Amino acid sequence: MSSPSAPESLTETAERRIVSSAQGAAPEKDWVIVTRGITRQYEMGGEIVRALRGVDLAVRRNEYVAIMGPSGSGKSTLMNLIGCLDTPTSGEYWLNGKQVSTMSDDALAQVRNKEIGFVFQTFNLLPRATALQNVELPLVYAGIASGERKKRAANALERVQLAERMSHKPNELSGGQRQRVAIARALVNEPSILLADEPTGNLDSQTSEEIMRVFEGLASQGQTVIMVTHEPDIAAHARRVVVLRDGLIASDDSGDVYRTSRMGQGH
Amino acid sequence: MPLFEAVLLALQTIRTQKLKSFFTMLGVCIGVTFLIAVVSIVEGMSLYMENDLVGKLLAVNTFEVRSRPNVNIGNTTEEMWREYQRRPRLMEQDVAPIVATLPPEALWAPMSSDGNISATTLTGRPKAVNAYNTTRTYFEIKKMGVVTGRVFSPQEDAMGSLVVVIGKDVKDHFFANVDPLGKELRLGNLPYTVIGVAESQGSALGLSFDKFVVAPYTSPLRRLTNRQKGVIDAVMVKSPTDAIMTATMADVQEVMRSVRKLRPGEKDNFVLETSSSALSFFAKIKQYLVLAGVVLPAIGLIVGAIVIMNIMLVAVAERTREIGVRKSLGARRRDIMAQFLVESTTLSILGAAIGVALGAALAKIIAAVSPLPASVALWSVIVAVIVGAGVGIIAGVYPASRASRLDPVVALRSE
Repeated sequence: MSSPSAPESLTETAERRIVSSAQGAAPEKDWVIVTRGITRQYEMGGEIVRALRGVDLAVRRNEYVAIMGPSGSGKSTLMNLIGCLDTPTSGEYWLNGKQVSTMSDDALAQVRNKEIGFVFQTFNLLPRATALQNVELPLVYAGIASGERKKRAANALERVQLAERMSHKPNELSGGQRQRVAIARALVNEPSILLADEPTGNLDSQTSEEIMRVFEGLASQGQTVIMVTHEPDIAAHARRVVVLRDGLIASDDSGDVYRTSRMGQGH
Repeated sequence: MPLFEAVLLALQTIRTQKLKSFFTMLGVCIGVTFLIAVVSIVEGMSLYMENDLVGKLLAVNTFEVRSRPNVNIGNTTEEMWREYQRRPRLMEQDVAPIVATLPPEALWAPMSSDGNISATTLTGRPKAVNAYNTTRTYFEIKKMGVVTGRVFSPQEDAMGSLVVVIGKDVKDHFFANVDPLGKELRLGNLPYTVIGVAESQGSALGLSFDKFVVAPYTSPLRRLTNRQKGVIDAVMVKSPTDAIMTATMADVQEVMRSVRKLRPGEKDNFVLETSSSALSFFAKIKQYLVLAGVVLPAIGLIVGAIVIMNIMLVAVAERTREIGVRKSLGARRRDIMAQFLVESTTLSILGAAIGVALGAALAKIIAAVSPLPASVALWSVIVAVIVGAGVGIIAGVYPASRASRLDPVVALRSE
């Protein structure tokens, strides 16, 4: 497991071409995410941990991708890098035609604000703020005036069927409702990518299905969705499944292929 | 994030943790409370000294030629006192040369006074009063009007008639429920006719300024107010304007020096007393009092700053997750920095504001239960608010910069 094993099913695909094209060249517009050999190393207790060891990934606009892998496979690290919360030790990361791997902290903050909508396993809503105020937050940091902000936040809450719960605080909402508030917050800035980290990890299976339906609805409306999960039945909702193992992409398939031939191998 | 919203956010955070916020701002609050209270009392005393005590004794644009200072606010050493005692007294014949040098518009009045003259009526109990022998100009210089009756006529002045203008306390003592005009008041066994009651002059530090009788300079009362023949206590001079007061005083000083036959270099053996000269010592005391009023609360404020810094560090630790979330949603370093700085500053200013209110209340309470006056000085309020803001900013910088430098990945992972 030391080198990326190219699955037979993926021969000379578009993804391969875009990733292997010249280093430093901006990808065509259609590609939201292109990573070229990104690595990430940590130092932990004097030992160097190589969480990612050269990941090439290309995601087209409107794709619905699940990133899977056992714990320690590097999927969280990859998600942090894709979400611009972290920068790679080496390699290139192009987000929407801009190379973000070399950006400063504050520039990354602005990229996160404009391009990425996060949905977390633990929802990460601010407990003291109402649903509406939580959804407003990205707009606050985008410098949008209060009136406009409220309008857009209310619209986003409506999109996830929570218009009636706007003034409720997170502790007055059910888990599913909280996650929908988080989704509304992620969507309010109309980001290029909806990036979900184990979005159903804290939900029962019925609520999980409900959240998955929301995701599917968004994907069918053309929203690019990237979801990190270790649950195969959740990953199965995605149209493409990328499996990481030991910091490398172990497989990259359409969801159907995954469902039929690779179910269970993620664990 | 605009400042206004940052302040709203800070207020919201403060409101959701009232008790903690209260304790956080306690140090600043107490510091400012004492700052305001001490400064208010010092300022009140100072205003009192200037406007009431000295202002009542020595009118505006007025100086008194005296052999020794009349108003002594604690600044006389024993040595000075002995020197005062050796000075020659001011004599009636000194008045003419002084008056000759005054500008024509200047007002002047001779004055002899004694603070302990027994007044009586045939029916009333005797009362010790401040007795003044002076001329009708005295009332003009002092801007002292009468509430009833009149002041002396020029004829009464010239003849030394047995008439008096009395103060409110004297009127209340002898003529509580009767019209005092035309009534008889006995001073040194001579009957004086009351011709007027002066406007109340108020009181300062518990001393009433209304316990007086004023008779014409040449009236027989003169023998009681100054037992030595020819000795006069003071010549009051009112300069027409503030501008020529200094020049007038210089002229009078020259005349007095030549009257006293002082050689150049010899010290004056008389004084030209003004309200500011009487206040000079108090001004010095005031400096020390204000200094104490500022230094002691400063200790409270330093403690307050340390408390705020600690609480903010705890807040940053507690809200690491929140910081991570905010960063993931696009907050830049300066947004996080501003959030915590505004929070600490808002807390501190709030503490200062409460301190201003408490301090003003404390000053008023002290003023109510003691003879000390209080006056909340605007500058102390401004200083308090600026200091409050300063403490908040200084105490907030370190925690806020720690918060702003948190790694979002690590922050999001924290519990």
